[in-house]
Amino acid sequence: MELLINLTVNGLATGMLIFLLASGLTLIFGLMSVLNFAHGGLFAWGAYSGVWFYTLSGSFVIGIIGAIITGIILGFITEKLIITPVYGNHVQQILITLGFMLVLTELLKVVWGPNQMAAKVPSYLAGSWEFGDVLIIKYRLFIIIVGFLVFGVFQYMLQKTKIGLIVRAGVMDKDMVQALGINIKRVFLYVFMAGSALAALSGVLMAPYSGVIYAEMGFEFAILAFIVVVIGGMGSFPGSLFAAILVGLAGSYMAYYVPALSLAVNMMLMAIVLIFRPQGLFTAKG
Amino acid sequence: MEPIIRTENLTIRFGGHTAVSHVNFEMPPRHLKSIIGPNGAGKTTFFNLLSGELRPTEGDVFFKGESMASLSAVARTRKGLGRSFQITNVFPNLTVLENVRLAVQSKEKIRYQMVRHFLHYKQLIEEAEKLIALVLLDGKEHAIASQLSHGEKRKLEIAMLLALDTEVLLLDEPTAGMSLEEVPAILDVIRKIKQTGEKTILLIEHKMDMILDLSDSIMVLFNGKLLADGSPQEIMDNETVQNAYLGGLYDENLAES
Repeated sequence: MELLINLTVNGLATGMLIFLLASGLTLIFGLMSVLNFAHGGLFAWGAYSGVWFYTLSGSFVIGIIGAIITGIILGFITEKLIITPVYGNHVQQILITLGFMLVLTELLKVVWGPNQMAAKVPSYLAGSWEFGDVLIIKYRLFIIIVGFLVFGVFQYMLQKTKIGLIVRAGVMDKDMVQALGINIKRVFLYVFMAGSALAALSGVLMAPYSGVIYAEMGFEFAILAFIVVVIGGMGSFPGSLFAAILVGLAGSYMAYYVPALSLAVNMMLMAIVLIFRPQGLFTAKG
Repeated sequence: MEPIIRTENLTIRFGGHTAVSHVNFEMPPRHLKSIIGPNGAGKTTFFNLLSGELRPTEGDVFFKGESMASLSAVARTRKGLGRSFQITNVFPNLTVLENVRLAVQSKEKIRYQMVRHFLHYKQLIEEAEKLIALVLLDGKEHAIASQLSHGEKRKLEIAMLLALDTEVLLLDEPTAGMSLEEVPAILDVIRKIKQTGEKTILLIEHKMDMILDLSDSIMVLFNGKLLADGSPQEIMDNETVQNAYLGGLYDENLAES
């Protein structure tokens, strides 16, 4: 029982990190059908800049804020410089964002050097709580809470605000939103910046979780995020939360019970969804 | 009275085919004009030229005396020249109220206030509810658009067009694909809009009884050309129109229903 709870908490924490990465990706794809393979690069930049701010200031909170600001700025630059010229052309999007992903990764090495960097859990989040026999690692619980908070805030924005209504409508039919006279490119820029901020947040939270950060970490995690977007349904925000938790838990259980399958299980999940429900579990399009 | 909308020599060619050919027409404000003509006569193309969806090969559209040649469709909507959506264009997963609210708020610029809870914007919701009542959809505010009947969707669409608050309303076959029972309701909606006395309405329709009932004037398009333009009585009495087309229209209507 204790083991099961630990595996679950572990899976949930990983799931939340994937969710933070995937939720931006799914909105970016859903709203403008832009395939952004550079998303993982923003994740790695969030991790590096966050750890840098954290080390410099000694405060993890400042590290998180620094990472989010870095994400917003990089998101702005990426959208203006890389995405805008290739609207509506998927092949060009894949090529240029993959290229930009490599550039972002190499730039990390230029700025912070080619070696791995260590990241520590801040003292007040280190250690664990004991509930009877069960030990819960504080930092994992922290990630889970942050994940649910972010979900709550974004869900509120999507459901209850004017810009949220535009985003939801845009995911269904962006041409019609444009026909109504709404400047959807502006809205998309904001969504892209918010998505990049979430990717950076995911990166900085990941850093103390895994203990080390390295320039290529974006590649590994972005693949999981893409799997989540496919499973959850492109453009569905709740879908990305559900699918991320599913992928996180599946990875966590499999790593313990059937280690040989732990990497394959996500691909299998995606294959099953693609066979039986190719539009994803939660579809935004009606 | 100065015409609110006027075209001069309006022409568009697609390759060798001239879809709209040298159309000169004008209409006074707060007037309801129907456009009739057989399928392929260029009615929808004509609408799209007015709204800015298509650019003319020759000629120009004037709104309140101002040339629209350099203005995009969105810019024209801002000026008050309406849009037309021929297919049922509502957001399927949003509620009726959300659909109309989106159209109402589309008049605003995107600013940071956009993140406040929408309940802070009472007048936004009140305006949306007023429009929903005007198109006789009250009581359905919280229904999901995809679950509405076809007729109700068209009403919702008209509410969204009204929300854009343009002086000119372009209605492209509002009864298309509707069952016979649903038609009178749309008729009522258009009549109610007309009675507000605020809108200039251009209507493309096939249903002759509806056109005769509503229109102040009728223009006939045939092969992209303006065949006739006049009061309903004049059009009915016009021999050229009868010969060229009216007989055919009735047959076509029978074939459709």
